[in-house]
Parts: sequence; C-alpha cells; structure tokens
Amino acid sequence: MKLIRILLLTVLLVGIAACGGSGDDKDRANVLHRGLAIDPETLDAHKARSIQAADILRDAGEGLVSYSASGELTPGVAESWEVSEDGLTYTFHLRDNAKWSNGDAVIAEHFVFSVQRLINPETAAFYAQLLGDVAGLEAVDDRTLVITLERPTPYLLSLLTHPATFPMHPGSLAEHGDDFARPGTLLSNGAYVLAAWVPGSVLKLTRNELYWNNAATAIDEVQHHVLTQEMTELARYRAGEIDITASVPPDSFQQVKAELGDQLHVAPYLGVYYYGYNLTRPPFKDNPELRQALSMAIDRELLVEKITGRGESVAYSWVPPGVDNYEPTVLSYAPLTQAERNNIARTLYKSAGYSEDNPLQLELRYNTSDTQQRVALAIQSMWRDALGVETTLINEEFQVLLANMRDREITQVFRSSWIGDYNDAHTFLSVMQSDSAANMPAYASEEYDSLMQRAASQVDLDRRRLYLEEAERVMLADHPAIPIYFYVSKHLVSPRVAGWGDSVLDYHYSQHLSFKAVE
Amino acid sequence: MLRYALLRLLGAIPTLLLVIVLAFLMVHAAPGGPFDEERALPADVAAKIEAAYHLDETLPQQFMRYMSGLLQGDLGPSFRYRDYTVSELIGSGFPVSLRLGLLAILLALLVGVGSGTIAALRQGSLLDRVVMSFAMTGISIPVFVVGPVLVLLFAVKLHWLPAGWSGTESVWKYLLPVITLALPQIAYIARLTRASMIDVLSRDFIRTARAQGLGTKAIIRFHALKPAMLPVLSYMGPAIAAILTGSVVVEEVFGIPGLGQFFVRGALNRDYTLVLGIVIFYATLIIALNLIVDILYGVIDPRVRHR
Amino acid sequence: MKKSAGVLLFILLLAIVGPWLSPNDYLGTNFDALLRSPQLAGMHLFGTDDLGRDLFVRTMLGIRVTLMVAVVASLVSLVIGVTYGAVAGYVGGRVDAVMMRFVDTLYALPFIFFVILLMVAFERNFLLIFVAIGAINWLDMARIVRGQTLSLREREFVDAARLTGVSTPRIIFRHIAPNLLGIVVVYVTLTIPQAILVESFLSFLGLGVQEPQTSLGALVDAGVNKMEGASWMLLIPASLLAVILMSFNFLGDALRDFFDAKHKQ
Repeated sequence: MKLIRILLLTVLLVGIAACGGSGDDKDRANVLHRGLAIDPETLDAHKARSIQAADILRDAGEGLVSYSASGELTPGVAESWEVSEDGLTYTFHLRDNAKWSNGDAVIAEHFVFSVQRLINPETAAFYAQLLGDVAGLEAVDDRTLVITLERPTPYLLSLLTHPATFPMHPGSLAEHGDDFARPGTLLSNGAYVLAAWVPGSVLKLTRNELYWNNAATAIDEVQHHVLTQEMTELARYRAGEIDITASVPPDSFQQVKAELGDQLHVAPYLGVYYYGYNLTRPPFKDNPELRQALSMAIDRELLVEKITGRGESVAYSWVPPGVDNYEPTVLSYAPLTQAERNNIARTLYKSAGYSEDNPLQLELRYNTSDTQQRVALAIQSMWRDALGVETTLINEEFQVLLANMRDREITQVFRSSWIGDYNDAHTFLSVMQSDSAANMPAYASEEYDSLMQRAASQVDLDRRRLYLEEAERVMLADHPAIPIYFYVSKHLVSPRVAGWGDSVLDYHYSQHLSFKAVE
Repeated sequence: MLRYALLRLLGAIPTLLLVIVLAFLMVHAAPGGPFDEERALPADVAAKIEAAYHLDETLPQQFMRYMSGLLQGDLGPSFRYRDYTVSELIGSGFPVSLRLGLLAILLALLVGVGSGTIAALRQGSLLDRVVMSFAMTGISIPVFVVGPVLVLLFAVKLHWLPAGWSGTESVWKYLLPVITLALPQIAYIARLTRASMIDVLSRDFIRTARAQGLGTKAIIRFHALKPAMLPVLSYMGPAIAAILTGSVVVEEVFGIPGLGQFFVRGALNRDYTLVLGIVIFYATLIIALNLIVDILYGVIDPRVRHR
Repeated sequence: MKKSAGVLLFILLLAIVGPWLSPNDYLGTNFDALLRSPQLAGMHLFGTDDLGRDLFVRTMLGIRVTLMVAVVASLVSLVIGVTYGAVAGYVGGRVDAVMMRFVDTLYALPFIFFVILLMVAFERNFLLIFVAIGAINWLDMARIVRGQTLSLREREFVDAARLTGVSTPRIIFRHIAPNLLGIVVVYVTLTIPQAILVESFLSFLGLGVQEPQTSLGALVDAGVNKMEGASWMLLIPASLLAVILMSFNFLGDALRDFFDAKHKQ
C-alpha cells in the first residue's frame, strides 16, 4: 500500500515537473541572457584586465568614442572632435545630455580625473600604459576636452573605446573609496547600470534611463551568466535558457555546426596563437636555423582543419588580418606545400647540428586545457615525423606557466597568445619590442626597435604603415616565436536576437541588440 | 557533562590551528601567484599590487597578519574577486551548498534506506539483486558523468527540467544536482541498511514479534528500523564529508555558485585568502558538528562520557 | 565472489596483454582517422579518439594506470593505517587514547580540499597522486585495525608470547598482524574503488594523470565531452570503469561475509 502511495506521489511530482518546463514559456519579457566565461575580477575599470570585465564595463559605461553596431568608430560621450595638422592635438566636444545614472552630468573633468587615476602608480592599473603616448589632458570647460600627444598616435580613437579610459565620477569615489564598483553604488554613464551581482552565478544589468541614447536601447535587462564550463553553457543554450553564448566547446563544434549552423557566428578575432621560444638559453639562443626549422615543420593547414577545426585561420604572420590600415607581412614559406616545407626544415635542422642519431630533445610547455593539449600533441607528432625531434609535453597550470615564462629559466618552447587591445597593428607589434613586458621570448633586435620608433613618429599614415610592415618582416624572419593560427570568435546567437554583427575585436554591445517579434 | 563538552572543545582548537597552518603552507607552496596574467604586468605595477596585498612580506609575517585578522573575525579580501571580501563570498556560497547538501542527504536517506530495506526483506531474490545493482550505480559511475548525462537527457532533449542554475527561480533547478550529489550516498546507505536490516531481522526479538502475529510493515516500523539504523547513523559523519567532496564536482558541472566551486576556482587562481577562508570555515563546521554529535552521544549513552 | 574475482582477473589480463596484440600504439596520432567508431579496419576495436589514436590500446593503458594508482594508493593507506592502528591497539591506554584522538580530529579535515591543494602545489607529480589518495584513506583502516588489535590482544597466544619474553614490536608484527589479514584484505578491496574515483575526480579537474599517459578517469572525462558526437568514447571506458568498480565492491562484500562467517564460528 505504502509503495503504491509513493509511486503515485512520484508520478505526480514528475507530472508537475513536466508542466513547469525549463522556462522557455516563462515571462521572458525583455531580458537578454548572455553567457560569461568567468566572473570579472573587478568592475573598477582601472584595475580590471580581463575580457569579461571589459565586456560588462562596455555595457555599463561609455567612453569618448564607441563602436557602432557595424563595427565603425562612432561618437560616444564626445559628439564631435577635431585633430590638429601635426596629429598631436585632439579636441573633443562632449554632448550636453550625457548623464550619469544618478542624474549628474558627465563633464570633461570626469575624464581628466579618470585618466589621472589610471596613470597614478598607486592605482596599479594594468592598462596604465595604454595612454602612454598622451602628453597631457585638459578640461578647457565642461564640454571641451583637449588631449595632447607626444607622438602622432593614429589609433588614439580606438584606444578611447577602451573601458580604462571611461570617465569616472569623483564624488562616487570620494564617498565609497575602493568599494565604488559594487552593484547599487557603481555609477554608469552607459546604456545599462549594474543592478546585482551574485559571484559565481550572474550579473544583472538594467536599463539606464538617463543614458543620452536610451531611446535607441531596445532591451530592458541583460543578465550575464557566469558559466565556466563550456559544455554547461552549450547545454543551457540548447535548453533555451541562454540567448548568446560566450563560446562553443571545441569538442562539440562539428555537431553544433551541423545542427545549429545558422545560429553559429564565427568571425575573425584579433588574436594570435603562438609558440614562443626562450631566446635567452640554448638550444634556441643564437640558433635561427633551428627556430625556423621547427616553424616550417608544423602543418598549420592540417592543424586548423582537423585539430582546432573551429574556423581558425592559419598564421604565417604576427598581425592578424582585419586590422585597420595594415597588410600583414607573410613568412616566405607560406605558399609552399607542407612536403616542401618539411624538406627545407630538414636541411635547416641538419645545419643546426641535429639528425636522426642526434635528435633535438626539447620541452614544450602549455597550460592545462583540452585545446592546448590537442594542438601540442599534434605538433609533437609533426615534429617527430618530419624531423625526429623528441618533444616532452609539460602541461602546467596557467599561473605556473606564466611564472615560468617570465623567469625564462626552464622554458624552451611555450604556448602563448596575444589578443589585441585596439584595432591597430601596433598592439601586436609592440609586444616584440625589447622593452615590452609582454615580450615573452625576450626578443631584442635593434633594427626592429628602431623601425618601430620611426613608425611611431610618423604622421603620414601610409609611411607609418610601411615602417610597421617592414618591422614585422624583420621580426618574422628572426623567428622569435612561431605564429600558428589566428583566433576566431565563436558565439551561438539565438534566432530571437536581432542586431548581432561580427566584430574583429569581439565587442558586442547589448544596446545594439533587440528581440525579433515572435508570432 | 559540561566538563566533557569543554574538554572536547579545547581539543578542537589545536586541530583547527593545524588545519590553518597546513592550508596556509600548501596554498603558498603552489607555484605561480594570484596576480599573474597572460599579458605580463609591468614590473612597477606588479610590485604595487603585491605590496597592497602584503605578498611582498615574508611568509611568517603574512601568517601573523592573517591570524590577527582571523581573530578579529576578518577573513581578508579575496585576491581574485577584488570587489568582495572572503566573508561575503562565503556568505553567498554557503547557503547554496548547504541547501544542496541537505537535500542530497535527505534524498539519500530516503532512497537508500528504502531500497536497502526492500532488498533485505527479499534477500536473495531477483528483486534484491536488481535493487542493489541500481543502488550500486551510484558508486560505479563518476559524478561528472552522471551530471552531464542527466542534463542532456532531461534538460536539453526533454525540456523537463532547467539545465542551469542562474536566472531561474524555478525550484526544479535543484532536482538534477541533488540527485547527482545523492547517488553515491544512496549506494552506501542502501548497502549498510541492507546488511544491517538482514542482521536485525534474524534476531530473536523479531521472531517473537512475528510469532505474535505482527505484519511485516509493522515489524519494520516499530521494531526493526531503529536498531537497523545505527550503522547508518554512524555513517552520517563520513556521508557529510563525502557530500562536501561531491559538491565540488556537482557545482562545477551545473554552474552552481557554492563553496565547492569557489574553492576549486580559488585553488587554481591562487586566491589565497578565499581558499584559506573556505578550508577554515568547513573545518570549523565539521569540528563543531562532530562536537555536537559527540555531546549528543554523551547524553544518550552515559557510558561514553565516563570512558 | 568467484565471478567478481574472475571478471577482474580477465580485465587485468586484457589490460596487460591487449596492447601487445594490437598493431597500434597509444601515442600514434593519425589525422586521417579521427573519431572513427569501433571497427575492424586498422584494428580499431574501440574506435579512435579526436586525434586519431586507437582507443583500444589507450583504454588498456588507462586500465593499467588506474589499477596501479588505486592499488598503490590502497597499499600506502594500508601500511600507514595498519601500523598506526596496530600500535595504538596493542599499546593501549594513554597512548591509544591520544592516537585515536588524533585520528578523530583528522576526520574533521576537509581532506578533498587538501588533496586538491597538494596536487596544485606540487604539480601533478605521478607519485604524489598515490600518496595524496593514500593519505585520505588510512583513517578508516587505522580505526578498524585498532579495534581488531584490541580484541586480539586479549587472546591466549599473545599472552603466551609475552610470557616467553617476545619483544613488543615482534608481537605486533609476527603474531597480531597475520590475524588482521582478513579484515585488511576486505578493506583494501573496498578502498580501491574509492581511490579510483578520487583519481577520476582529479582528472576531471585537470589535476590527474598527464598526457600522453591516460587513465580510465581521464578517458571517461574526455568521453563526456564527446557524448553526443562520438558516444563510444564515453560508453566504453565508462562501462569498463563501472564493471571494475562493481567487481571490487562485490568482491569486498563477499570477502567480508566470508571472514565474518569465519569469525562467528
């Protein structure tokens, strides 16, 4: 008897569950659900460095300049600007209806305050160097901001879309100190305000009625769900709980493409995936032939097609395609077949002193991740088959790998990547300058440095471009690193979302999105 | 009675200290620091941050600083979540983990005791074997397989249950994670119950009851259940510890913002204070629970006190 | 019991001998044969994985590694647990009380956290995996052994040995230990599945056995991600894992019944 009662109860419960559903008939109203790979480490724009923090900040703030839905630079807080003849002075005219979410007007002084805080060593801002070429910033009056530069910096406008350059509200910082960036206190001059944040779970952004362009914002609320496991994010998307995913798991890519092809958006992304050499120690120190041999022995086409298989493009240059006003230089052996490359590689390998009987033994370090592992395994295999190199794979945690890369004591070949901060070749090429902190291989070439310096002092954009391209050619020939592939951004976007545009910087402002009318 | 309780309490303090020291050393022993990033920090910025978080001090100094903060109830700021303190994060994550854990234990007890009893009653039969085999699946398939499979089936394919956690107010979001978490415990509890119930049912006083004409259900409810439950009760301690372990995986798989997930992220991100805070929090909790259980035992069984 | 033992032996034999029978090796990536379902072509009895490696050989390797980790970890916890428990039980009195108090307090530690921290701190040293897992499990063993030792201590043969002047360590090792055999065997058989699950959990977190080595746990973890596209990558290692775990559990139960019966005589 009791058993039957239990059974009935269970059936009833299941019945309720089935009716309740997973929420696709719920009151979805005007709420957009986006996936976020990890919690932002902070929403203090100066102390933040992750892509995720920048994504949230772009929804919850706005700089002088912004990007439109089609990826063009567009006026933000500044409604217009002029540039001087010598390219060293920019004058911005701010809108008079730009407001903070508490009603205060956004004035030029707020930008000055923000930049001062950014470059103040006490703040220890990661992007303090972003405005390194800026000589001075002056608020001529409430609506006029003048920026003077030390060098002509053609990409300044792109820089000014970066959250680190967003204005800050001095009153808010004075009142709340370091706690100003929390939900409820964080002021916004952008399309949305941070309403709530459950760490590890979700960030809620609600419409900022006082935003100057609020009328054009279609969506009332945006929820960014923190989903660290890509598989979980995909499951939720397929269950209809997430409208836009942050990524697509590599293991499921083919399947997703087959089943959800039109919802999958793959676009080039300004990032390069590379294997760096430790140039301070043997065997790669002073050994350009060996470095080139290893680079040539990698079948990038195969890698991109079969191993990563998400639409990445092969990288025979350092700067990805799609960068404004630039044509990347390509390594000389790009047009050859892999067989031809392998032949030349073998010759170089031999002249570096290695052979079948005396194989090169090296350690390849990469961070713990399925993708890196597959690439590493594939390359290990390629090096073995083409040259006889014996590679030991060492898989380290991210933090550990970074520390090792920086120390340059034990690393030989390491996996790394560089994502561009703004849309200009400089963000990539500056990495290889001898004084760059991001220069992991410790590449130091006088010729390269001087070419870069000359480029920096050019006002004429075409001449600048020539210097940059030459610099890239010089650097690539030296092989301080092996560019392998260029990143792509991959998102699943629900059919009910309209306004999604491909962006080479992967910026997708929620204010440009809307819901399609459902019949 | 009081003396007993106090003695046990005092005994707990060295344990807690040991835990703190061990955890502190291990976390700092891990190579890599909390502020390393793919794009290297400029040296002066890195130095500033390290100073702000006192990472430039020697280990003993950092330890003393941490302890003095701890004694005032301050678990420190999180190194990774720069806008939050460790206490806030624990306060946010613990209720979630607690609810999950409690529901899982309840489910495990219900299903485990139930199936173990059924199996015991029909010992040796096909039903016995079938029930026990089902129970065993809990310890034969890793939790990180069960979770995604359940999600795929019930959420993605059938749309019966929510696939995730955040943004859903629905109570049903608990179901899959709780089941996943409870499965291994169902297995252990079922086995314990079955063995114990078989043992109890063969005893004299049960035979007496049966001779008196009592039906099986009554026998179980009034005579067999309580004594058979003793081993299960003493398993509750390890069961809770096991739920704790399991919650780490379940929270990762379902994207649940509980302490388990915070811990793993913290360990991998070198969020020293968060990791330490969680370890101390759990250790304190377990020690406190053990204390309460011990005291209760002392109350129920006076022999224990005077040993 | 015989069935479980038989199954386990079969799997073990297969794991040892299997790879020799196959023309494939566990390293060999084959980019033309990615994700093939189980087939006879190329002797890919279990299919291939996403790098074209033969899964039969890799699964056999995985079984070897998993069993090795589990057995060694169990032995570690056995050695620590038995020594600790036997000493505590035999010496008794104050020493016993203190030692068991220590065990009680260790129970309070959230061990899994320490395992994770250990793995993170010392970078997935293969050896360390055994030690870490063994370090979790010795507590139960110690408790059981102590209990047994306490009751054995009162037996006549121990009195006899003591009277004839045999030293204490000798008594523990040559007289008491052999009588613990039964209970110890049972516990080892039941600890092994626990150790296997802990290793698979570590693999899930990325802290387990490292490539190109693999374990059943790592294979299962990889398989979960490919559940829909290449289901054999999950089904085969998961089934094998389940069979191994269940066999050990049944074996342990049967052994326990056996020793209990002996005891009751």
